[in-house]
Amino acid sequence: MTDAPVHPPIIVGAGPAGVRAAETLVAAGLRPLVIDEAARWGGQIYRQPPEGFQRPKRALYGFEAGKADALHRAMADILPAVDYRPRSLVWNVENSALDVARDGRSETVPFSHLILAPGATDRVLPFPGWTTPGVFTLGGSQVALKFQGCAVGSRVLFLGTGPLLYLVAYQYAKAGATVAGVLDTSGFADQARAVPGMLRDPATFAKGVYYVGWLRAHGVPVHSGVRPVRIEGADRVEALVWRRNGREQRTACDAVAFGLGLRPETQLADLAGCRFRFDAMDRAWVPERSAAGRTSVAGVYVAGDSAGIAGADAAEMAGERAALALLEDLGRPVDSTRAALLEQNLAASARFRRALTDAFPFPTDWAAAVPDDTPVCRCEEVSAGTLRKAARDGEAAEINRLKALTRVGMGRCQGRMCGAAAAEILSQALGTGPDAVGRLRGQPPVKPLPFSAGILDKEAAP
Amino acid sequence: MTERLETDVAIVGGGIVGGSAALFLTRMGFKVALLERDWCGAKASGVNYGGVRRQGRPPEQLPLSQRSHAIWGRLPELVGIDGEYVRSGHLKLARSEADLASLVAYNKKVEPFGLGLEIIAGEAFRARYPALGDRAVGGSLCPEDGHANPRLVSPAFARAAAKAGAVVREQTPVDHVERTGTGFLLRSGDSLEIRARILLNCSGAWSGRLAESFGEPVPLSSAHPCMAVTEPLPRFLDVNIGVEGGGVYGRQVERGNVVVGGGRGFALDADRARPARNAVLTLMGEAVDLFPQLRHAHVIRTWTGVEGYTPDRNPIIGASATTPGLFHAFGFSGAGFQIGPAVGEALAELVRDGHSSAPLDAFSITRFAKADPALSVAAPAGH
Repeated sequence: MTDAPVHPPIIVGAGPAGVRAAETLVAAGLRPLVIDEAARWGGQIYRQPPEGFQRPKRALYGFEAGKADALHRAMADILPAVDYRPRSLVWNVENSALDVARDGRSETVPFSHLILAPGATDRVLPFPGWTTPGVFTLGGSQVALKFQGCAVGSRVLFLGTGPLLYLVAYQYAKAGATVAGVLDTSGFADQARAVPGMLRDPATFAKGVYYVGWLRAHGVPVHSGVRPVRIEGADRVEALVWRRNGREQRTACDAVAFGLGLRPETQLADLAGCRFRFDAMDRAWVPERSAAGRTSVAGVYVAGDSAGIAGADAAEMAGERAALALLEDLGRPVDSTRAALLEQNLAASARFRRALTDAFPFPTDWAAAVPDDTPVCRCEEVSAGTLRKAARDGEAAEINRLKALTRVGMGRCQGRMCGAAAAEILSQALGTGPDAVGRLRGQPPVKPLPFSAGILDKEAAP
Repeated sequence: MTERLETDVAIVGGGIVGGSAALFLTRMGFKVALLERDWCGAKASGVNYGGVRRQGRPPEQLPLSQRSHAIWGRLPELVGIDGEYVRSGHLKLARSEADLASLVAYNKKVEPFGLGLEIIAGEAFRARYPALGDRAVGGSLCPEDGHANPRLVSPAFARAAAKAGAVVREQTPVDHVERTGTGFLLRSGDSLEIRARILLNCSGAWSGRLAESFGEPVPLSSAHPCMAVTEPLPRFLDVNIGVEGGGVYGRQVERGNVVVGGGRGFALDADRARPARNAVLTLMGEAVDLFPQLRHAHVIRTWTGVEGYTPDRNPIIGASATTPGLFHAFGFSGAGFQIGPAVGEALAELVRDGHSSAPLDAFSITRFAKADPALSVAAPAGH
């Protein structure tokens, strides 16, 4: 026999992990608070268009339409049993309470149990011209299509690596955009080597093969082992010049969709006081967690890509598993067979993830090749050369020190966009690995906070 | 022991005080070793608001503050960078007639020091500062005060000292200090042992431990001034603003970001602090009251630091009362950035001459002798 918790459990994020976590808690008779930045649930991968948009799910999500539909329905079914807060930004974690901004107003919400599932963002590295209008992140390009039904250009070139590269190119082509090409930074040999590992998940592997085959069959040039040289065009992208096997080529386009995999969103776990470790596969610092999703802080759990990139299917399982862990910690009975099965499947998914990383390796030679005059931090206009000089002069051997001296990561994005690139360039300049330069300390607000939060807070006070 | 060093002066703490002491001593020809457990200028010296302000200081600080003003004037020559230092003026606002009277009284009191203060009120005030509208009845302007970027300026002193020949060791916590027959013995783990004739205690909020180990405990407390910065905005503020009686303060930097401060953060542990939510929200509300231009802006970052405060808000500067060869300089109570370089210079004079050309009597460590060191000190207000 246990008492109901004083505060409802809180889930941050309503993507695959957050929705499955909420569903699991509701099934156990709890009424979780679900806080999400988007207007509607689904996360980035299953992002829903604004109400009233009529594109069918099959067109929006392709092969994943069934999963998207299932997740959307799961949340719709539990809505009456959930305290759902869309369009809400958690901007701070302090002393077992969250600060949540919505409609320009801030509210402090205490918690005893918190599941963090804020997902991931695109990982980008700079190259000459990457800040030219018309260069989008891969994920951003996909969101434009899924959410608004817009393409980022009429002739779009896809650049980067990872499964998302081919998927988004395919989705653009299906939606009627001209795909000027798919330029993969990983090599064909990488992919060939990774085939045995990827066959652990034959369905996903088959989809990847299908996308590539479909694109080729529709006359889309697909190249591997590519490095970007520069964007051409002043006010708008006109072409990408790229290099392969020592030969430069030029592809005309009016937009570039660019991404090198994903990076976990970890600031909330950081503010919550979770211990971090460097993950070699993600080349990023992630919160330490058990197989069940428990962090080093009692009552704080992580699930989904924010805890380490593993994809949507794994996120659904991790969300459910973290919710079961939360229930266990509340002393509630849980189905231990189910929990064990989830952990087993998550482990299998992690093995597949390793194979994917082998197939689409991070281009470790990139940082050295970025010219000195290329901006790394576009908020604060800090160039690669400025970072290298600070490293060379022995002034910055650590990423927070680099930030203090050069302003990299001090702008609107707080390093969410440029932090990975800065760490790569710093560690390259120092001749160490990215793990050796530390991680940017989290500081509230996690994202820009309007001054109205302070005004309204005061006016609302008695 | 991996490394042994002999030096004239060992300095514990690489903030703006320790860094400038190292620079001036090295220039005088002393062998100096500066030891910093973090990075030089990374603590309170490097994360403060960045006000370079004489106005508002108690008269006993003004001789040092004036000397520092001269040092700031030749910053590029001294440390090789301009540190975004601008003599924008510091305008202290009076939001009531009583506050204005208090500014006038301060103006009279500090007249002999030659700060060049100017009281501006009524129509003249509104005409001169239209951006401040009707939110103040007047103010006191110190035209040659200003602001700078502490993240750049404070590390630059230690860097300049190193360039001049000082041994500067970062990531080097001093975990053992003892008085020997001829001076001091310091150790950092098993990696470094230093013998020095003179020891300077410039370790900011962490200085109390070293003082106490030499039998002179000080009622030093830590507090965490809260700061926030906006995204770049169109220029509307060309003067560093404070408010009589405390509360919010603000400045706009060259690239347009507005830095505001006020309220307190909280300690995460002995070394780290974070702005408190209520302080951030209150600061944002008060900042908009003062600068309506911020109404539709965003705060992109907040921060704080760990600063040592004394009960009377004056620093401790000068010779130890118990230990020959030991000098202290800490407890600047949230106002050490402007005065820091002159304190470094005064320390160098103390080492060289046995006395400083600036009066330091008010800052003697002995003034707390009767105070109970166990007494906890309330976190101060103002800046």
